[in-house]
Amino acid sequence: MFETLILMLDATMRVSTPLLFAALAGLYSERAGIVDIGLEGKILGSAFAAAAAAAVFGSAWVGLIFGILTSVSLAMIHGFACITHRGDHIVSGVAINTIVAGLTVTLSMHWFGMGGQTPALSGDARFMEITFPFAEALRDVPVLGLIYSDMLSGHNILVYLAFLMVPVTYWVVYKTRFGLRLRAVGENPHAVDTAGISVAFIRYRALIVCGILCGLAGAYLSTAHNAGFLKDMSAGKGYMALAALIFGKWRPVPVLFACLLFGFLDAVAIRMQGVVIPGIGEVPVQAIEVLPYVLTVLLLAGFIGKAVGPKAIGRPYVKERA
Amino acid sequence: MTKKTMPYAIELRDISKRFGAVQANKDICLHVAKGTIHGIIGENGAGKSTLMSIIYGFYEADTGHIEVDGQRVDIRNSEGAIQAGIGMVHQHFMLVETFSVLENVMLGAEGGALLKNGIGAARIELQRLAQEYSLDIDVDAIVEDLPVGLQQRVEILKALYRGARILILDEPTGVLTPQEADHLFRILHALKEQGVTVLLITHKLREIMASTDNVSVMRQGEMVAHRETAHTTKEELAELMVGKKVRLTVNKDEANPSQVLLSAKHLSQFDSQGVKRLKDVSLELRAGEILGIAGVSGNGQSELLNVLSGITLMDEGEIDFAGQVINAKAPKDAAQMRDLKMAHVPEDRHKMGLVTGFEAYEAAILGYHNSDAYNGKVLMNRKAMLDECNTRMADWDVRPPNPHLKTANFSGGNQQKIVIAREVEQNPDVLLIGQPTRGVDIGAIENIHEQIVKLRDAGKAILLVSVELDEIMALSDRILVMFDGAVVGELDAKDADERTLGLMMANAFNEEQSGGQTASAEATGAHV
Repeated sequence: MFETLILMLDATMRVSTPLLFAALAGLYSERAGIVDIGLEGKILGSAFAAAAAAAVFGSAWVGLIFGILTSVSLAMIHGFACITHRGDHIVSGVAINTIVAGLTVTLSMHWFGMGGQTPALSGDARFMEITFPFAEALRDVPVLGLIYSDMLSGHNILVYLAFLMVPVTYWVVYKTRFGLRLRAVGENPHAVDTAGISVAFIRYRALIVCGILCGLAGAYLSTAHNAGFLKDMSAGKGYMALAALIFGKWRPVPVLFACLLFGFLDAVAIRMQGVVIPGIGEVPVQAIEVLPYVLTVLLLAGFIGKAVGPKAIGRPYVKERA
Repeated sequence: MTKKTMPYAIELRDISKRFGAVQANKDICLHVAKGTIHGIIGENGAGKSTLMSIIYGFYEADTGHIEVDGQRVDIRNSEGAIQAGIGMVHQHFMLVETFSVLENVMLGAEGGALLKNGIGAARIELQRLAQEYSLDIDVDAIVEDLPVGLQQRVEILKALYRGARILILDEPTGVLTPQEADHLFRILHALKEQGVTVLLITHKLREIMASTDNVSVMRQGEMVAHRETAHTTKEELAELMVGKKVRLTVNKDEANPSQVLLSAKHLSQFDSQGVKRLKDVSLELRAGEILGIAGVSGNGQSELLNVLSGITLMDEGEIDFAGQVINAKAPKDAAQMRDLKMAHVPEDRHKMGLVTGFEAYEAAILGYHNSDAYNGKVLMNRKAMLDECNTRMADWDVRPPNPHLKTANFSGGNQQKIVIAREVEQNPDVLLIGQPTRGVDIGAIENIHEQIVKLRDAGKAILLVSVELDEIMALSDRILVMFDGAVVGELDAKDADERTLGLMMANAFNEEQSGGQTASAEATGAHV
């Protein structure tokens, strides 16, 4: 039983990683007042670019760089539409998602001719698992041994990076000048402008950070978690990350727990596949997969605490007095 | 303007600014002597705010330039203004409400990439400023929890923290009680003692007369006059603002109240958060009487108007009106109240009074659009609507008298005339009217006030809600004062003076003068 739990927690870490990257990406964007429903598109775009570059250059790191560049470019398009031209954030985000969904498949058919996939990656073209020192030797220590050797050890570097990004984000958002301005610009951009700071510059910088983190999420999917790009492989992770962001009330640590919860539910869903529970029958996996969304809706409806987002979110900044 | 040896704190030379077809500022020249309080007065739309926005770098002037301390400065954005030593307290505060006072003050002047370096220094500096200018404040308080007067203090601290030597205040007293305003002016005088130059933008003559050294008057985008405050009068300034003689009082005869047309008993209402916004309010409206509701904005007046007009439902209490009893169990909506001959001029004409995208003739029948007068068998009777709009525009002197102009394109005063005419011309028994002259120029104010008095003399009951004490005192026959959702006092208009009303509005009257004058026992009992 304990071993099963450890295995599920191990899976939770793997499944939560892209959610965590994407949710933190959304945190930077939304704290700066830019709604980012385009997380999904950025993840998918990066996943494709990373897998394609890794396949061509044979290096996961080169793939990662291409993934991040792609994702940051998409974020800049979003910024150009929403910040410079004061467009509707949702429309721009949805447009990015739609374009990327089509473009990735089209380009990969054109380049690789494998029905929308990229070639399978192996060796250096993938991020490999890192085994902690003495993981084998310590496996037999009761309880802690399993946690150390099976749950914590044996993930690829991006998993650890994702979890490291939580304290880093907390520090950036609450302890730095950039963080103060970021939070201010999402609450009242007029206050930021009259304080002599450029609203657009802060928001663009937030979107660059958002793009980098989405790039990591995408590269993780195609070059670490899987070995290559598959059509629509982001599979709603961007939306789920957005849900986790709301569930975590736009704060880094609660967002971590929201991602872990959603990741755990996902791990449960995978584990429950085809399992027959006496008296109920086969558990429909969808019933578990839908839980994150149900929880988020309940939260938004005010049943679990209250989710108050940044005040100026989604509103283009017009340099005009109210 | 006499030449002085000391350079001016700030000097504007031939500033012009045009927005499309509108010349917002035309060849503005202004000299402000160092260490003085300089008032700039003008009607709404006279170009005061545009001019200040240019000084603070929000807009760039088309022509002309600015000099600070005799040096020409190039202000392209707020950062440039801050560097030139200019600070601004905006009419709508530029604060991040979820931040602490400290964070708000630091924003933009953090003193390094990491906050911890700046926080200590900021605390010490704020303490110094607090002592020097008696600007005491809890620096760790969250801004949205602070009362408006203190939020304004945060704005002043922000400017001083950035080393502002020239402080611009844009309509600073609009949101304050008279006592808070007095405190603000004491602070401004303290600043002046320390050599800070203050530019005070307002449309309130009283403030100009009471606290400035010099005053400049703007009208229709031009600077029309400069005066030393000691050598001018309210009347002269008012005349300069409007360009013609105005009457600051309303001519009206003694009221002749007769039967009660509407009586509200123990009205209470909760908002969506469960906060009680209206607390046990009772009042009677009599035919031939204007009942004024005084109070600082946000003390339950809006809720009272909404409940009386049927827009929101009361949670407790009842209204007797036109032979009907209206309460939570037997509600009437706004349309049904209209049918019972109650008219309502809402406080905010843009949000509730008009559809700004509609043409004037359409906006002029809103709420009465089902009336037979405007409808044929199937379609609306456009001709009847247009005829009526033309007649009203002539009667009420709406300019331009063009029924096809979108209501958004009329000036504030003319928009308000359209709304008031719409409600009054339906010949209601009871008129609820909120902020009838907010954002309306003086010429139109006079006209609107006359019409309200005329309606009273025709035997109608009028409930007037206004945050302008002058207006309340000039128009009302009887005055109720609201504070924190409750009626805290009632006065006969003859006994009302600014000081008494001001104290009542801050709910300090009973403390200062226990057993108060005519404060109704029932109402005070409900509050205390």
